[in-house]
Amino acid sequence: MKITVNGIEHKVDVEPDMPLLWVLRDELGFTGTKYGCGIAQCGACTVHMNGEAVKSCQVAAEDIDGEVITIEGLGTPDAMHAIQSAWVEHQVAQCGYCQPGQMMTAAAFVMETPEPTNDEIDEVMSSNLCRCGAYPRIRAAVKTAAKNLSKA
Amino acid sequence: MGNLKTIARRTFLIGSTAIIGGVAFGVYRYKTPYANPLLNDLSEGEAALTPYVRIDASGITLITPRAESGQGAHSVQAALIAEELDVELDQVDVDPGMPDKAYYNTALGADGAPFAATDDSFMANSTRTVMDSLMKFMGMQITGGSTTVPDSYLKLRLAGAVARETIKAAASQKTGIAVADLITKAGKVITPSGTVIRYEELAATAASLDPVEEVILRDPSLWRILGKQHQRHDTVAKSTGAQAYGIDFKRDGMMHAAVRTNPRRGGKIISYDDTKAKVMRGVQKVLPITGGIAVVADNTWRAIQAANAVEIEWGPAPYPSDMSAHWQALSDTFNEDQQDSRQRDDGDVIAAMDGANVIEAKYRAPYLAHAPLEPISAVVEVSEGRVDVWTGTQIPRLVQKNVSKLTGVNFDEVHVHVLVMGGSFGHRLEDRVVKEATEIAMEMSGVPIKLTYSREENMAHTDTRQIAMARGRGTVKNGQVETMELGIAMPSVIASQMGRQGLSLPGPDLQIVAGAWDQPFSIPNYRITGYRAPELAPISSWRSVGASTNAFFHDVFLDELIHAAGADQMEERLRLCWHEPSRKVLEKVAEMCNWGATLAPNKGRGVAFCMSFGVATAEVIELTNTKDGIKLDKAWVAAEVGKVIDPNMFENLVQGGLNWALGHAIMSEITYSDGMVEQKNFDTFESLRMYQSPEIKVAGLENDENVHGMGEPMVPPAAAALSNAIFAATGQRVREMPMNKFIDFV
Repeated sequence: MKITVNGIEHKVDVEPDMPLLWVLRDELGFTGTKYGCGIAQCGACTVHMNGEAVKSCQVAAEDIDGEVITIEGLGTPDAMHAIQSAWVEHQVAQCGYCQPGQMMTAAAFVMETPEPTNDEIDEVMSSNLCRCGAYPRIRAAVKTAAKNLSKA
Repeated sequence: MGNLKTIARRTFLIGSTAIIGGVAFGVYRYKTPYANPLLNDLSEGEAALTPYVRIDASGITLITPRAESGQGAHSVQAALIAEELDVELDQVDVDPGMPDKAYYNTALGADGAPFAATDDSFMANSTRTVMDSLMKFMGMQITGGSTTVPDSYLKLRLAGAVARETIKAAASQKTGIAVADLITKAGKVITPSGTVIRYEELAATAASLDPVEEVILRDPSLWRILGKQHQRHDTVAKSTGAQAYGIDFKRDGMMHAAVRTNPRRGGKIISYDDTKAKVMRGVQKVLPITGGIAVVADNTWRAIQAANAVEIEWGPAPYPSDMSAHWQALSDTFNEDQQDSRQRDDGDVIAAMDGANVIEAKYRAPYLAHAPLEPISAVVEVSEGRVDVWTGTQIPRLVQKNVSKLTGVNFDEVHVHVLVMGGSFGHRLEDRVVKEATEIAMEMSGVPIKLTYSREENMAHTDTRQIAMARGRGTVKNGQVETMELGIAMPSVIASQMGRQGLSLPGPDLQIVAGAWDQPFSIPNYRITGYRAPELAPISSWRSVGASTNAFFHDVFLDELIHAAGADQMEERLRLCWHEPSRKVLEKVAEMCNWGATLAPNKGRGVAFCMSFGVATAEVIELTNTKDGIKLDKAWVAAEVGKVIDPNMFENLVQGGLNWALGHAIMSEITYSDGMVEQKNFDTFESLRMYQSPEIKVAGLENDENVHGMGEPMVPPAAAALSNAIFAATGQRVREMPMNKFIDFV
C-alpha cells in the first residue's frame, strides 16, 4: 500500500491492522512519533491525518486516509513551526518524550482556534499526558504560539 | 601523561592525559599503598583518568556521567564545567561517556547514614564519610537520590578550572607570554595584543604539560553561567522530535523482541504453547527466558502481537495473592519484634499520654508505579568475547556487572552505552529489561536484539513504590502540640532493591522512617518508630522513596494535632521548628501565599513541610470545594537548595514534580489481585492532566552553604498539603491515598 508522510509517498507492505504508529516508527523510521500506551490514553503518538490531530496507535494501516504529517514534518530544528518555537521559548520539555504528541495536538488546535481561552486549552490539551507534569509550560507555550500565529 | 602530585585537603585529584589528537582533563585515582578496592585493576603507581573534559581537533566535549531522564542533569553538569573552563554552552558537545567506577557518586551514600540532614556534628559527618566509602566500594555510578548536583558541584568546576589553567600554560609555552597576561573566553585564549588561539589548537601542547593543579574556584559573584537562566542543551531537539531516546535506538541488522513473563511476579512458567505465535508474520523465533517467553520478530508491533498469542500457564506468586493480605501483613508488623528503628525518642511519650486525652489516627499509602511515558527497552548485541548494551539506565555499572555475569564475557568487554530516557522517576534503577534482552541476544549471537516492553508488560512488572501504614498518637496542651508519636510500617525498599542485585542491607533501613524521624521539630514528647514488614511484592525506589509516604503520615498527623490545639497551622509549625533554614522556607511560603488572608467561601489552604535529601521544603495548596468536587487552584513551593544552578530548569522541575506528587496522591494506585497487578495501562493507572494542574509559584532559597539536588524533595510534602487543604475547605480528613476513593475531585 501507499502512504504519504510529510509530503513524500512511501510504499509499505504491512498487515491491514498494523497501527499507523508502528508503520511510521518501524517501517518508515519516523521515530519522532512516540509509543506510550497503545490505547489512546497518553497522546504521545499524535500525528495529523488530513490536517486533523489523530492518535496514530488507533489508526489501522487500512484506514489511513490522506496525508500524514508527523512532528518531523511540522518543522525542523532549522525551520521550526510556530508551535515548536514556542516550545523552545518556554523551555517546556523535561524528559520531552510526550512533547511531539503535545505539539501535534497543539498545532492542530491553534490552527483552528486562533484565540484560545484557558479553558479551551485545558480541555484540548488534557488528551495528552505529561508524566513529568510540565503542564504550566505547555499551557503558556500554546498561548504564545497562538498569539504568534495570529500575528503572522 | 602529566606528572601527578597529591593535593592535600582535596578529595579529587584533577589531572590530564594525552589522547589521540588531543587532551582530556578529569579525575585521577591512584593505586596507593593503602587498600582501595576501586583501584584493583591498576598496578602500583599507575593512575587512571576519568575524563570530564575532552579537547581535540573536532572540538570541545564535556562529559556528563549522571544520566538524563528529564531533570536536566546533562545541562547542569555541562554548566558546572563550562563556568570554569570559559566555554559557551552552545560551542561544546555533551557526551554521557562510558560507565566507569571513577564516576562513583559521592553524595548518594550520605543520605543513608543515621543522621538527620540538619545534623552537622562530628559524628554525623564522619558517619556520612563511612557511607561514602561504602558507595566507593560498590563502585556505584548511580543517578538517584537527587545527588547529581551535590556530587558534581565541586568536582566538575575543579575539572573545568584545571583544564582552563593547563590550556593557558600551553598557550604561554607556545607564545612566550606569561600566563598572568593571558585571558580566556568562549573556548579561546587571548593574548595582550589580541591574538586569539582556540583551545583545540592548544590541545596537543597541553597534553605534554603537567596539569596545573593549584586552581582557585571563582567566587559565585563572578559566575557567567551558574545561577542564571540558559537554554537546556536538549531543548531544540526535544521541541522538534529530533531527540532520540532509548526506544528509538537502531542498529543495522537489528531484530525486535517482546517478552511475557509471569505476571505473578517472580513466579515460574509451567508450560506454554507457541503454535499460533510461531507462524505469525515476521516472527523469527519464540524462546523460553527466565520466568517467561520471548518472541523475536522483524518489527516491534509484530513481536508484541505474537508474544500475546502465546498461550501460557503461570505458576503461583511468591507473595500474597490479594491486597487484603498485604495490608494485613503491615498491620501485623506494629510490634516490638519487628521494630526496625527508633531514631527519635524525645521526652517521654508514654508518660505524657497517660491519662491524657489522646488523639489517634491511622494512615495508609498504596503501591505506585513509576510509569515513565517511554516504555523501557534495551538493545543488546552479543558477539565473540564482547557485549554491547544500549539502554536508558541509572545504574550503568551494575548493568555492566550483571551482563558480564550472565554472558561470561569479561567485565571490561561489556560496553554499556547510556541513552536518553523518556522519564524514569526511579524506574531505571532496575535492570530486568537488560537481563532479558541479554538472554535473548545470547541465543542469537551477532544479531542486535531490541527488547521493547509493551505498556501492559511494563505495568505488570513495575517494581512499585512501597505500601505503607502509620499509626499516630498524640496530645496537645495549652494551645500547643505536646506529644507526637508515629509508628510507620512498610517492607524495606532498599532490601528488596539490593536483593535483586545480589546485595544485602546491613542494619536498619532508614527509608522506613525517612521524612518523619529526621524532621527539625522540637516537640516535647516526640517518638518515631519504624517497623519492618516482611518482603511482599517487589518494591523499588519511587521518586523520594520512604519520604513519599512518610511525609504524608507525619505532616497530616501534625496538622491534626495543631488543629486539636486550636493553633494556626503556620505559626505552630514555625514555633516547633528549631532549624533556621527550615524556618526560612516556612516563612517564605507564608509570605508568597499571603498566609492568613481571608479566603472566599468553600476555599481552603493547607501547608506541609518536609526535609528530604537535605532540602527543607514547604508547600501550600489552595483549593475550592465545588459542587463537582475538589478543584485545585494554586500552589506555592519554597525550598532550601543552597544554590539554584539554573532558575528556569529549577522552576520547571519543581512545578512538574509537584504535579506528579499531587496526581498520584489524588488518583493513582497499584493493587494486586490473584497475584497480578490490576492496573495495566493509563486508563486504570490514572495520571494528572492539564485541567487538574494548579497555578504553581516556586522559590529556591540559598541560605545553606551546602548545595542540594531538587529531583525529589518537592514530592513528599505535596500529598500532606493537599489533605490538609481538603480538611480546611471541607472539614473532612483524608488519611489514605489515593484520595479520590474518599472525596470527589473535579
